[in-house]
Amino acid sequence: MTPYAPILTSHVGEPNSYSLDFYVTHQQGYEGLRKALTQEPGDIIDQVKTSGLRGRGGAGFPTGLKWQFVLKDTPNPKYICCNADESEPGTFKDHVLMERNPHLLIEGCAIAAFAIGARVAYIYIRGEFYHVQQILEAEIEKAYAAGFLGKNILGSGFDCDVYVHRGAGAYEAGEETALIESLEGKRAQPRIKPPFPAVAGLYQCPTAVNNVETLCNVPLIVLNGPEWFSGMGPEKNGGPKLYCVSGHVKKPGVYEASMHTTLRELIYDHAGGMLDDRPFKAIIPGGSSVPLLLPEHLDTPASFDDIQKAGSMLGSAGLIVLNDSVCMVWLAMNLLHFYRHESCGKCTPCREGCDWLYKLLARIEGGEGQPKDLDLLFGVSSNIVGKTLCAFGDAAATPVLSTMTLFRAEYEAHVREGRCTLTADWRAAHPVMAAH
Amino acid sequence: MDYAPAKFHKSARELAEPGGAFAYTPEHQAKFDANVKCYPPDQRRSAILFALYLAQRQQGYVTAAAMRHVAEQIGCTPAEVEDVVSYYTMFFTKPVGTYVLNVCRTLSCALRGAERVTAALSAELGITPGETDPTGTFTLIEVECLGACDRAPVVMVNDDWHECLAPEDVRRLVEDLRTRGPAALTGCHLHKEKAAEATS
Ligand SMILES: Cc1cc2nc3c(=O)[nH]c(=O)nc-3n(C[C@H](O)[C@H](O)[C@H](O)COP(=O)(O)O)c2cc1C
Ligand code: SF4
Ligand code: FES
Repeated sequence: MTPYAPILTSHVGEPNSYSLDFYVTHQQGYEGLRKALTQEPGDIIDQVKTSGLRGRGGAGFPTGLKWQFVLKDTPNPKYICCNADESEPGTFKDHVLMERNPHLLIEGCAIAAFAIGARVAYIYIRGEFYHVQQILEAEIEKAYAAGFLGKNILGSGFDCDVYVHRGAGAYEAGEETALIESLEGKRAQPRIKPPFPAVAGLYQCPTAVNNVETLCNVPLIVLNGPEWFSGMGPEKNGGPKLYCVSGHVKKPGVYEASMHTTLRELIYDHAGGMLDDRPFKAIIPGGSSVPLLLPEHLDTPASFDDIQKAGSMLGSAGLIVLNDSVCMVWLAMNLLHFYRHESCGKCTPCREGCDWLYKLLARIEGGEGQPKDLDLLFGVSSNIVGKTLCAFGDAAATPVLSTMTLFRAEYEAHVREGRCTLTADWRAAHPVMAAH
Repeated sequence: MDYAPAKFHKSARELAEPGGAFAYTPEHQAKFDANVKCYPPDQRRSAILFALYLAQRQQGYVTAAAMRHVAEQIGCTPAEVEDVVSYYTMFFTKPVGTYVLNVCRTLSCALRGAERVTAALSAELGITPGETDPTGTFTLIEVECLGACDRAPVVMVNDDWHECLAPEDVRRLVEDLRTRGPAALTGCHLHKEKAAEATS
């Protein structure tokens, strides 16, 4: 394992790591903000640009650029929206950051607001994280009391308010324009872009939407310098990264590493290896919306660019590890149940297509599939890709297209034999399938 | 076999129960008045989710009367409130049990036995997902990824979490909830850590 000392999660194991005192004494807490406030907002944006920080929410877009695009000449207020919706299946890193290191996020929000000229930051947290929200709100109050938020922060004349906004159960609220709609008190359905949020976002004002982990890196960049950040990890993939490892591993959890770290190291060194030492079959490397990778890809570094070269995406860095017992038709069915449920319904290919795909998959997995269903699956998925308003459509078609490309024989076997062809112990563990 | 019941379809719409007269308690009114200040004065609508949570906390679910009250508080139409209520999964428009058991069914939890947790809960309570038991104590719901896949299988009980719930332990959880009430909700890692700290 490459030696690496965690930064974002250095103290997560300690009981009081979430407290303000702990943050100030052990993590140079709010020193980044203090330093930022002595500089020009444009300098902060330049540093974030030089650092090469890429968004940790899914798309990997350079954060400095996003901030630079935020409209400057406007009489309107500007806003930071922190995306804490964390609903991509397999992702649970923001959860840990907010629970164990909330002040890092609060400091990140304040610096981001200063950089783009905003006075208010909203943290949009998913409704199910109520226990995390309570920790976050209590710590925000402490930050106000200590003078790190509110009016005239640290005597600089800069005012900043941070509010937590609770969602109410909608994956689609994680899409940035849907998040803005939801913050405005509407259904979480995306807007047509352009205009981009940087020009007309929240309340039609210039807005930057950033993921929790992205914002948590900002105080570190200001404090330690952009070169320190970019030097950590492969070119254009710098900085500390959180990986969420779940599924068939011995020790599922959030692991911090540089983006030099390979998938194999994450599975076998960090997460303790395969559960019950069964053979590895495949991995979803970036949350449920990205294509699968196979054993031959295990030595790929888990960076945005390397994973892309291997044919998938790092996405939200949610690694779902699958052993040899997993039926790929069942997997696609499970995920399409998710997408069918979460489609916001705004565009027809996605709303109707997800429903249709799920029904087809359930029929094949249930043993009643016909040979023509395979072509139909492929046809319906292909008619969703690229024909929808937001990236959800492509994401929903991905599990089907990816499993059909890599494991077509499994689909054919289901149709031929009229049942799921997997081992008896797997079916015993899954009553839904044992019923067939 | 009915593989995909129509009730999931996005165009499905059920009218809300009218419900009795509804107004916030003074405590909830104060909370709403404080929350609405987080947003610009001309953007009261942003407080709608918060307002609905308050209504749901007050009477267990959201009725048409509650929606009307929320609309008056916000300054929008009841139809706009209903539009929001019908979109988000965490609002109930029908009575639910004292404990709403939300079992995560998405991939990482399913790989670790979530289907068996649901099956065990169904058997224990004598209801299928989506139903409330005859005593009105439990509602069983299957939900999508809760964002804690490392602690699979995860069950959210109202706003509390129960993590790493083995199918074999389901019966004990249900029994505990029946006898000890909310005090039985100790299955979240935060709870376990606090308990460990207290004893050390
Ligand atoms: C369907 C969908 C769901 C998304 N869910 C999330 C999410 O839960 N959390 C998140 O940070 N970004 C999510 N995103 C990505 C956001 O749209 C956006 O790119 C991100 O918040 C930008 O922040 P970043 O640049 O810091 O990554 C989602 C995107 C799509 C299309
Ligand atoms: S692609 Fe799907 S989720 Fe995205 S806007 Fe269209 S219907 Fe909604
Ligand atoms: S899959 Fe159950 S919490 Fe993510």
